[in-house]
Amino acid sequence: MREIQAAEITKAVRDLFIDANCNLGEDVLAAFDRAIETDESPVAREVIRELKENARIARDEQSPLCQDTGLAVLFVEVGQDVHVTGGDLKEALNEGVRRGYGEGYLRKSACHPFTRANTRDNTPAVIHFDIVPGERMRIVAVPKGGGAENMSRVDMLSPSAGLEGIKEFVVKRIEASGSNPCPPTVVGVGIGGTFERSALLAKKALTRRIGQRNTDPELAKVEIEVLERINRLGIGPMGYGGNTTALDVFFEVEPCHIASLPVAVNVQCHATRHKEAIL
Amino acid sequence: MAEIKLKTPLTDKDVEKLEIGDRVLLTGVIYSARDAAHKRLFDLIQAGKELPVDIRGQVIYYVGPAPAKPGKPIGSAGPTTSYRMDAYAPKLIELGLKGMIGKGNRGAGVVEAMKKFKAVYFGATGGAGALLARSIRKAETVAYEDLGPEAIQRMEVEDFPVVVINDTKGNDLYVEGAKKYRKP
Repeated sequence: MREIQAAEITKAVRDLFIDANCNLGEDVLAAFDRAIETDESPVAREVIRELKENARIARDEQSPLCQDTGLAVLFVEVGQDVHVTGGDLKEALNEGVRRGYGEGYLRKSACHPFTRANTRDNTPAVIHFDIVPGERMRIVAVPKGGGAENMSRVDMLSPSAGLEGIKEFVVKRIEASGSNPCPPTVVGVGIGGTFERSALLAKKALTRRIGQRNTDPELAKVEIEVLERINRLGIGPMGYGGNTTALDVFFEVEPCHIASLPVAVNVQCHATRHKEAIL
Repeated sequence: MAEIKLKTPLTDKDVEKLEIGDRVLLTGVIYSARDAAHKRLFDLIQAGKELPVDIRGQVIYYVGPAPAKPGKPIGSAGPTTSYRMDAYAPKLIELGLKGMIGKGNRGAGVVEAMKKFKAVYFGATGGAGALLARSIRKAETVAYEDLGPEAIQRMEVEDFPVVVINDTKGNDLYVEGAKKYRKP
């Protein structure tokens, strides 16, 4: 049994949200460079250059890339031999969010669904726990912006729709999203499980690095095919027209019920933010 | 692609000459307002009451900025998705609003109102909040402080970079742009 202090967890979460919001991943910056090389549209190339410049300013000033610093999503894998001491684990995570968003000058975007009253500290975080073997704790912070999240959908397809039906659903969803989710986007696709499991798989898919293919070679091929189809839509960066509508497409697949084919598409804007810590 | 410098407030003549795809640098005063502030403005109009800001000739920026760090006028301040303001925008345009800055597609009712009452919809680069904040020299809350990041702010901007998405003739850059680069 290994002990982890609640205060250590709070500090890690605080730092992760500030880091994720101010420092764009090298994988995304490299994808921007490729788009500047390949996009046929001069306007598209100009937009991507602006995004690179924005990332540079954010890093230099340690200010957020985007004013929408997201709802605080956390994936927490807790080793079964870990014992949290000195406080309540959930509260320690939320306190990390409170401190990160307060001390990091990040926008607080959490509000009551009906009254729209802001909770003022960006809590509660959306926390997905998993219990894993070992004596470590892995925390992945995913600040999730609203514009792209609003373009996400779940559908319960008929099993007869098959893989072709899934591809069609994903491409149509991105086409219908148009300029709204701040393209170029990253597209998380969750297939299988139940209604809610497919959505969780789609969200988890967004924590991959750009270019990190599915370990199943057949699914890796499907990811590339769907990415190419999306980039033929012509929507382009910011929807101004171009060949870079998505930077990547990630599929996560699990078995489902014999009667079902759940499919979820979780759309992520170009500020694809996720950082992790292992305690 | 032309690059045009404009000073706010805007006149009919200013907006009529704009075409989709034009890059415009805005200088002067603009006002921030997003979901909750729009609902309040709309409710005041419905009740026949005076608005906290005279919107004639003005430009509204759909933005909820991040908090300002000490010594800075504002935090990151990029556009939010505009369609959520579609229910309220035609009424504001009818009352004299000349420009909106946001990102993403507008509904038919807004495009129609822009044609009828002469107004334009500008796009700013979504997610470029740190970059765009540099063009905002001063910002002060003028209404609805209780809304936090959704309060209405009066912003003094200098060469704030935008692109014309919808002009006064009913054209749409999103439609034309995607058409041009779409592949079979």
